[in-house]
Amino acid sequence: MNRNVQWKLVVVLAVTVLSVVAIYPPEERIRLGLDLEGGVHMVLQVETDDALRVESETAAEQLGEQLDLQGITVASSSAVDATTIRVEGVPGDRDAEFRQIADDQVSASYDRETGAGGLYTFRMRAPVEATLRDESVRQALQTIERRVNELGVAEPIVAPYSVGGYQILVQLPGVSDVARAKEIIRNTALLELKIVEDGPAFSQEELLEARNGVIPPDMEVVSGVSEALGSGGPGSTSHYLVRRVAAVTGRDLRNARPSLDEFNQPAVSFSFNREGARKFGEVTGANIGRSLAIILDGRVHTAPVIQSRITDEGRINGSFSQEEAADLSLVLRSGALPASLTYLEERTVGPTLGADSIRAGVSASLAGLIAVALFMLAYYRLAGINAIVAVGMNLLILMGFMAYVGAVLTLPGIAGLILTIGIGVDSNVLIFERIKEELRSEKGIRAAVAAGFDRVLLTILDTHVASLIAAAFLFQFGSGPIRGFATTLAIGLISNIFTAVFVSRTIFETVLARRRAATLSI
Amino acid sequence: MQLFKTQPDFDFIAWRWHALLVSLVIVVAGAALLFVRGGLPLGIDFSGGSLIVLEFDEPVTEDAVRDALAPVEGEKIVQQYGDAGANQMMVRLPQSGPEVGTSLEEGAEAVRSALQASGVGGFQVVGQELVGPVIGQELRQRGIYAFVFAMAGILVYVGLRFRFSFGVGAIVAVAHDIMVTVSLLMMFGYELSLNVVAAMLTITGYSVNDSIVVFDRVRENLRRMRRDRFDRLVNVSINQTLARTLITSGTTGFAVLALYVFGGEVLEGFAFTMLVGVISGTYSTIFIAASVAILITQGRAARRSAQPPAPARTPQRQPQSRRPGRKSRVPARKSA
Repeated sequence: MNRNVQWKLVVVLAVTVLSVVAIYPPEERIRLGLDLEGGVHMVLQVETDDALRVESETAAEQLGEQLDLQGITVASSSAVDATTIRVEGVPGDRDAEFRQIADDQVSASYDRETGAGGLYTFRMRAPVEATLRDESVRQALQTIERRVNELGVAEPIVAPYSVGGYQILVQLPGVSDVARAKEIIRNTALLELKIVEDGPAFSQEELLEARNGVIPPDMEVVSGVSEALGSGGPGSTSHYLVRRVAAVTGRDLRNARPSLDEFNQPAVSFSFNREGARKFGEVTGANIGRSLAIILDGRVHTAPVIQSRITDEGRINGSFSQEEAADLSLVLRSGALPASLTYLEERTVGPTLGADSIRAGVSASLAGLIAVALFMLAYYRLAGINAIVAVGMNLLILMGFMAYVGAVLTLPGIAGLILTIGIGVDSNVLIFERIKEELRSEKGIRAAVAAGFDRVLLTILDTHVASLIAAAFLFQFGSGPIRGFATTLAIGLISNIFTAVFVSRTIFETVLARRRAATLSI
Repeated sequence: MQLFKTQPDFDFIAWRWHALLVSLVIVVAGAALLFVRGGLPLGIDFSGGSLIVLEFDEPVTEDAVRDALAPVEGEKIVQQYGDAGANQMMVRLPQSGPEVGTSLEEGAEAVRSALQASGVGGFQVVGQELVGPVIGQELRQRGIYAFVFAMAGILVYVGLRFRFSFGVGAIVAVAHDIMVTVSLLMMFGYELSLNVVAAMLTITGYSVNDSIVVFDRVRENLRRMRRDRFDRLVNVSINQTLARTLITSGTTGFAVLALYVFGGEVLEGFAFTMLVGVISGTYSTIFIAASVAILITQGRAARRSAQPPAPARTPQRQPQSRRPGRKSRVPARKSA
């Protein structure tokens, strides 16, 4: 046999073996998409305004405190929206001093605008705003990742979904309790411990009676369950007047775990890191006898009276079920989200639905393959075997490559597979028809085969490159299912050039090298 | 076996106007439907909304489920999903709209509680798709981008590899296939979903594939048959590749038909689109792509021959030249 042909055979065999190795064992190596395996796909919007608002509120507060320290009294210093701070009533004679302080405090992030009558507006600078927004998406991403990992989902995907849109894609294969997973992911879990100035009271009016209905600027009203009040019936809310600035927040937590309270009801215990313990110790030491509100996501859960100076541990009581206590511990451990999340898209595929789809997809592929194979055998006789081997090998390489790069097989991916069969057959048909044509001009079999392959090569390259261009744009701009389709198609196209041109030709040459054939079964 | 015993010689170019009329009828009917229904039938991928697939413990009828869902607001669509034996129903709700301030899950929740309250029988939700307006908008935009760029990419490639008129021919053929497909989708009541768009993009690739095979042959023949008229040459090329065109369409048609029959509910729209596209793609290759290329080429030649003939760079012998502009119409391309 020709040395050249031998080498080609070795290459074909090597590729086959490599593909089989990549695929084996198929249950482990071929990763199925959510639509086949079942699971949930979600797109969440990070409300980055939340993070900006916190930033602006903190800055406004710190500015107010600093002004207090310097003895400058202003009417108000507050954040009017997520990116704007307004200071009203700066006394005219201390204007220069105010500017000095304001520049020291906030000029790094805010631009100052002067209005009439001691009014100052500070607007967040665009680059600062952009950084903060990106940062909050990044933090949210990390937090969600930690939570999902603690949920114990195999091979989850947590990734930015679109640039500039502040969206996050979460895919959890095989998750059946979608409602719980969603709750855990979405839970802001912002824990704040604030000193109670007044309350509890049944209503805000009652709470503020002593202060003529005015909330002092450094305080705020939060509500919560009414167990502290006892009477008033279940479901009614109690209101607390608390200091606006939190004594300690969830950021200072070291750990959180489910526990039991003094009545043996499920509760969540938490402990602080060193910094948190120091702050907590200071605050509790200075406020013995007063209440401390434990606020989770803006709701008071308990407000125990501080009996003594505490440094390291706290507990959230409330009416939890055991599972709720466990889930709350999980989200507290993973840290608070910097901003709230809204769901933009959710697709859940139950495991039975996925299994149905696999069955349908596989049987469709097989039926298509068999129909095409029978036709090729009937029409091209022995050369039909050639085409079947080439197409079969194309599928093998395609699956092998997908397994190797870890690409996911989705339902549209199966459709791409079927299209690959079509393209593979097409290439073979093109070549065979050309060989037949060349045979008609009585060139001799070998010359006809060689001419057939050579002439058609350019056509095949042209059609494949054009399809690859389309596939590339599909992948670039397409979403979800379209991408899965484009991936399969692109890999299939590339491997088809190899199988239709190289493998098929090698088979022809091998057969022709063995015997001096007078006719070609085609 | 041979599809054609001898080289076929159908005069496709002569029939192109008749063929065009058929296409026109389908497209106009589609356009009329589009007008009557006030827009494309968008699936929830693009319009937003909720789609819930329920599996009932006992067989139920669509009407029973519809009655049970009476308290749920909005225009609901209830359809049997999958095989009759599977007891699966699909419920679709329109976009609840951000202005209502409803959350994404609200519609699905309402469906679940209405069904529980009505007592149509035990059921479980086996799948649900909730698409918010933001995502719907984004998917719509991405779909359009993918489409436009893929088309432009193909136009550029075909224009570079062949000649500009061929690129236009290929794109016109593709546009034709897309219009015909959308028309038929509307006639048979399918919605545009992400899967259907993927199928339409596949058709694009397939149709261009087909056109390229013919163009490739035209290019080859341009070198061999310099003396023939361009339209005659194109017709010969179509005939030479006809066996391949039909066999490929046939086999791809088989594969897609299998997908349509066995592919299940999810892939039905996809398979239908592909089926229509394969047929239309074959037809447009034969009647449209080449015709457009001929029209443009002849149009140019006519314009050129109206001007004083440009001095030929390489003198060629052309004894039986029937048209003065022929020389510039059929240049031997350097591409090979």
